[in-house]
Amino acid sequence: MKSQKKKATPLWRNKKVVPIILQLAFVAVMGTLLWILVQNTIIGLERIGIGFGFDFLSSRAGFNINEALIDYTTSDPYGRAILVGIVSTLRVSFFGIILATIIGVLVGIAKMSDNWLLSKVASIYIDIFRNTPLLLQIFILNFAVFLPLPRIQEAVGIGPFYLSNRGAVIPWATLHETSWIWLIVTAGYMIASVLVFKWLLNKEMEEGVNTHPFISSIGVFVLLNGISFLIFRQGPVNVSIPQHTGAAVSGGLSLTTPFLSVLLALTIFTSTYIAEIVRGGVQAVPTGQTEATKALGFKSATAMRLVIFPQAIRIIIPQMTSQYLNLIKNSSLAMAVGFQEIVGVGNTVMNQSGRTLEVIVIMISVYLMFSLTTSVFMNYFNRKFQLVER
Amino acid sequence: MSNDKLQQAVLSNDRLEVTDSPRLRLDKNQSFGRTLRKNLFDGWKNIFLTIVTAVFSILVISQVVNFVLSNSWDVVYIHLRLLMIGQYPLEELWRIWFALYYASFMIGATWGLWKGAAKAVGLTFGTVYLIFAVIPWTTLNTSLNLAACITLIAAGFVIGHKIEKIKVAVLILWALYIPLTLGLIMGFGGLIDPVLSRYWGGWLLTVILASVSIVGCFPLGILLALGRRSSLPVVKYFCIGYIELIRGMPLIMVLFIGQLLIPLFLGGSTGMDNVTRAMIAYTFFAAAYLAEDVRGGLQSIPTGQFEAAQALGLNKIKTTFFIILPQALKAVIPAMVGLFITILKDTSLVAIIGLADFLGTARRISNNPEFLGRYLELYIFVAAFYFVFCYLMAYVSRYLERSLSTDNR
Repeated sequence: MKSQKKKATPLWRNKKVVPIILQLAFVAVMGTLLWILVQNTIIGLERIGIGFGFDFLSSRAGFNINEALIDYTTSDPYGRAILVGIVSTLRVSFFGIILATIIGVLVGIAKMSDNWLLSKVASIYIDIFRNTPLLLQIFILNFAVFLPLPRIQEAVGIGPFYLSNRGAVIPWATLHETSWIWLIVTAGYMIASVLVFKWLLNKEMEEGVNTHPFISSIGVFVLLNGISFLIFRQGPVNVSIPQHTGAAVSGGLSLTTPFLSVLLALTIFTSTYIAEIVRGGVQAVPTGQTEATKALGFKSATAMRLVIFPQAIRIIIPQMTSQYLNLIKNSSLAMAVGFQEIVGVGNTVMNQSGRTLEVIVIMISVYLMFSLTTSVFMNYFNRKFQLVER
Repeated sequence: MSNDKLQQAVLSNDRLEVTDSPRLRLDKNQSFGRTLRKNLFDGWKNIFLTIVTAVFSILVISQVVNFVLSNSWDVVYIHLRLLMIGQYPLEELWRIWFALYYASFMIGATWGLWKGAAKAVGLTFGTVYLIFAVIPWTTLNTSLNLAACITLIAAGFVIGHKIEKIKVAVLILWALYIPLTLGLIMGFGGLIDPVLSRYWGGWLLTVILASVSIVGCFPLGILLALGRRSSLPVVKYFCIGYIELIRGMPLIMVLFIGQLLIPLFLGGSTGMDNVTRAMIAYTFFAAAYLAEDVRGGLQSIPTGQFEAAQALGLNKIKTTFFIILPQALKAVIPAMVGLFITILKDTSLVAIIGLADFLGTARRISNNPEFLGRYLELYIFVAAFYFVFCYLMAYVSRYLERSLSTDNR
């Protein structure tokens, strides 16, 4: 009996030792695997005759990029080319996110509509575009919708928009010398109208008379802007409207076919997901809440704005974040139709310089940066709308 | 609303592919006219919406009908075989037919045994077979084989309906399905001649890629999910790092890594073909997503289950594999089907790295100067095919979600 008591817990049962042994084993296995991979890579790179390093970024790229938003010529270095790619990814993702959110919310609301026909159409839209591959949608838009359009000489004009097989030209704002002054002044007006809104709202709450705070503040904003327009005799920006002049379309902003097809496809594809998220979020709010607003005599729009929406948004935001991230990642499919974003440019750089490993490392870090930034941004929103628990 | 419920709503919504489609609010005591009025023409706002939507839908539908009728679809039916099976050798076609026979019979049997969602699967497969059998552009041989498939579905249904005892046998046969048919289509080492992966193509390659990555990502994904919840910090952070790294990357980059870096990592002389490399890339990619789904399931298991297992004297491994994992996996079946839909759609990305999958084949055909500019017909056909199968899976997922939900106890 005594000897048994003295016996320590065996090593394989010891709660302190076992986890350490297990982790050491894990590290050993993974470490060996990694070591083999790294060794193979080093041998492989030596055989090809290139070492690992990022000096190639400063050597001449020598290839053309069709749609560079920042200055770029073929004599610029690889680093610059990759930067152009990053800017392109940001551009298509930025507009894609805005458009997809607008369309998605509209379709989501349409699907919740009491009107059977409208909700049916919304649901068919969601089903069709959700159950076909995004790449296929990009191909269809690029090769079957935009490319068969007439040549630029016979561009189709729909109002101020011109469509041809080279893409679309849309009216766009151009800055002039007073734009900056306008920006500052308008910001000031915005603050002024918010102050008016708060003041009137306070008055309404204290005196119980409807003072129309929202309409009044908008009125103030419009009025002040009107006055400054009379002073400057010029709007904040010049609007450049495209003109069709025989062989080309001048003015406006031209969007190329690949850009348009990628943007549209991303918008449509992501909007179907956003629509379902919006619908799911609103329907997750218990019916009791709607009934309570009815009992309190809220109008349905007010109830939506003050009661349902603030609760739904908490469910919507985390899912929206992942959809935005998906959109950014999906924009890499643009390379299939020749829109040169980060992966497309990276692919060309890889093929030209043979620096596969380095380029992939760069691309991974760029995407990690994108997702981190988006997450931080959306987490901020999430905190703002978080329910304050008692 | 409690936070638990909210969490659940978020989880269940995360990868829901298709939700309930809207229905007319029917009331049996009301006449059809009144139902219509209540749903469509109730107040001026509703009337306005109905008219606008109706005009819009009529426009779209007429365009679609016009397109389908006015175009000649020869570009599709001339290449029908290429689109379906690529350049799979004709004399080895029986292997694919065997796989289809096998699947048809199993679907029929499942339908007969369990009813439910298998009915939709059986009907869809039957309809697709029927359409391909009756269109005039398939050979007599193909039509006969397809007719045999339809018969097998029916036979399976009758057998499953009559004999309840074969449930276990059917489950075992299902489990064997992918290894058996895949082995047959690829060719076992030595037993039958291998068919090299460069002859696979079209829908066949798409399905092979999708099924291999679905099966392959399963063990890896579950291990990653368990690892992420492990109490060992090294294992936990390794799994978190892997999952977040993969989920932060676009799929096309993972495919690039697979194509360009796997030979480098493995020493360059492995002789691995590009289809295998794509399969590996998909498997590793899907595993990260599956791990997150499974983690959702693991989190939904109440602590009482762990405590009960402990009280019964089960050790950690037994608790995980016999108590926790079965419940967690059951809870995330709908989410997993959603993931499978995504994988099936995402296999189209191999068209970018130059494989001739369904979309890649269509792309190659459209580059043929003889059929220049016939993009739309080809792509619409491809889209319709993807749509039918993805929608079917979405339907099954929705059905499973409804029948597996244990909320209404």
